[in-house]
Amino acid sequence: MLRILYFAWLRDRLGRSGETVSLSAGVDSVADLISQLRARGGAYAEVFARPELIRVAVNQSFATNAATIAANDEIAFFPPVTGG
Amino acid sequence: MPRVTIRVQAEVFDSTHETTALLAGQAEVGGVGAFTGFVRGGGSLVALELEHYPGMTETMMRQIAESACARFGLVGCTIIHRVGRLKVGAPIVLVLCASAHRAAALEATEFMMDWLKTHAPFWKREEFADGHSAWVEPRACDDAATTRWGTLGA
Repeated sequence: MLRILYFAWLRDRLGRSGETVSLSAGVDSVADLISQLRARGGAYAEVFARPELIRVAVNQSFATNAATIAANDEIAFFPPVTGG
Repeated sequence: MPRVTIRVQAEVFDSTHETTALLAGQAEVGGVGAFTGFVRGGGSLVALELEHYPGMTETMMRQIAESACARFGLVGCTIIHRVGRLKVGAPIVLVLCASAHRAAALEATEFMMDWLKTHAPFWKREEFADGHSAWVEPRACDDAATTRWGTLGA
């Protein structure tokens, strides 16, 4: 099972801070996972409609949409950071 | 080994106390660069709500601190970042850099703030007097400021 976390406006719009999902066959990159989530429709389709607005971390390190993912990874989706 | 202190906390910090802790027993320090960020008011802003990604936040803060120590030859540094609801005028972030000389201390302080703003997973939501709130958009100039340092390295 893959653990997914959502922060800031992604969490607000999806109405949840995280979930665990099973990877569909053929899903082995962040980009594939985004497609899988977008295919759910509704709020997911809206949130993931523009991946360029979203940043991703794989196992708590910044990653690109080309990064490979595997079962038991922790994937986090969030907007560009605004701390400091 | 440089003395590195990293903290994420809801409570207010005391920069005098933190400076004393950073300097204790470090006779070779000639200067401390310091930056404190505050919640800037204006446009009926009441407060900021700061959220973060526990775990990754501390990892990134430590990477940034260690990178600054190596790059600028710091004796030590401290980063404290607050989370939760912070009213206008409240301190948000403290960066201290202790070094033998002034230039390295001041440059390292800017380096750490630039990287914190663009690579530490914190998000701000603005809360206004009429009750509405909005997530803060990132600023392109923060990315540009960070780019000048090249890579974070170590």
